[in-house]
Amino acid sequence: MFHLKDKDLAKKIVNDIKKKNLNLRFMHVCGTHQDTLVKNGLDVLFKECGIDIRQGPGCPVCVTTAKEIEKIMLLARKNKIITSFGDMINVPGEKESLRDLKGEGHDIRTVYSIEDAIKVAKENKNRDVVFMAIGFETTAPTTASVMLKDPPPNFSILSCHRLIPPALKAILDMGELKIDGFIEPGHVSTIIGLKPYEFISKNYKVPQVVAGFEPIDLLMGVWMLVKQIEKGEAIVENEYTRVVKKEGNPKALAAINEVFKIEDMAWRGFPVIPNSAMKLKKKFEDHDAEKIFEDELQEVNEKEFSEPEGCRCGEVLRGIITSEECPLFGKACIPSHPIGPCMVSAEGSCNIEFCYKRKK
Amino acid sequence: MCLSVPAKVMEIEDKDHAIVDYGDGTSRKVNISLIDAKIGDYVLIHAGFAIQSIDEKEAMATIDIFREMMEG
Repeated sequence: MFHLKDKDLAKKIVNDIKKKNLNLRFMHVCGTHQDTLVKNGLDVLFKECGIDIRQGPGCPVCVTTAKEIEKIMLLARKNKIITSFGDMINVPGEKESLRDLKGEGHDIRTVYSIEDAIKVAKENKNRDVVFMAIGFETTAPTTASVMLKDPPPNFSILSCHRLIPPALKAILDMGELKIDGFIEPGHVSTIIGLKPYEFISKNYKVPQVVAGFEPIDLLMGVWMLVKQIEKGEAIVENEYTRVVKKEGNPKALAAINEVFKIEDMAWRGFPVIPNSAMKLKKKFEDHDAEKIFEDELQEVNEKEFSEPEGCRCGEVLRGIITSEECPLFGKACIPSHPIGPCMVSAEGSCNIEFCYKRKK
Repeated sequence: MCLSVPAKVMEIEDKDHAIVDYGDGTSRKVNISLIDAKIGDYVLIHAGFAIQSIDEKEAMATIDIFREMMEG
């Protein structure tokens, strides 16, 4: 269904880009883009064309901090039922992960959708059920939608939802890496549309293209960035028009705005990024785990957590190093024994690199 | 996390839910409260929610425009 394929066009694009003798670096912020790039060998192909593409902080599981993981684990230890998307339960906090706690007998349940977590709450009326709400603008509306439908009184969320544009700004402000263009995430853009990216092109003169997830989408997206650079332009273009509308998804945006307020937040590998978090508004505080369990969470809130020893996920997430440049990659850190989150998540660049290139 | 999969709306179950077919023999109940969905629409599913309709004609148009640009 909707596998866009056009071999002839793909060849033309590659030949055109190859002729140009480029030396560029682009960044995308989406695990699914990385999957398409690596699975299809496009990362290698682009490199041969003089274009280095880095993933950046585009993996919600990866940018969730050790502190947030410690918070949810503390709640698990305090006898709450924890519900979470799959990848998240494998990420270690300071030492243990939710999966380890599950092994110790704590009640941790993997869900496919927040609606499944609501079902768990309805079936366990005498227990507190907490959902670890991770994800970017793509996922936040699903949480918002449930919050607006009068969730059960024993249901709460730990909101770890984050916004992409402030992270792009943070990367540019930190200035550690020269970035010639951003490939913007198709499904975040499905929700937010094109406008929230405009300040980046305007203020930082960085070209941007929203792209889809077929190989041909990324070929076209990269070609559009190259064209902007040739013309000396820096604008927001949309390659993924079959799904992304200029205005995004107004219903989803309205739900986000009704439920969440914007706050500053630390991301793994980053200092606090201003205006990058979606936290529940006061009128939903009866379902806000951070408010309801404030006293219990105090010990974690007051503590600072360090990254696992030797783990360079922070630098991978800022795009400064590639996965293979981390000394732990493929040695001490492998998917069955991950040290850092980028090796855990199917959207993490280390996991993707390992699964497609190292598994023989 | 932002992985989203296309599916076809087969049946509207209630105001907020529909049965969708993923085209590979699997179907599932999903939440449609974030979009205006009707039977026969192709939609994008993320974490159990339809987050947007897919415009197939637009997909082909993108390819056509591109082909022209490459030739021009």
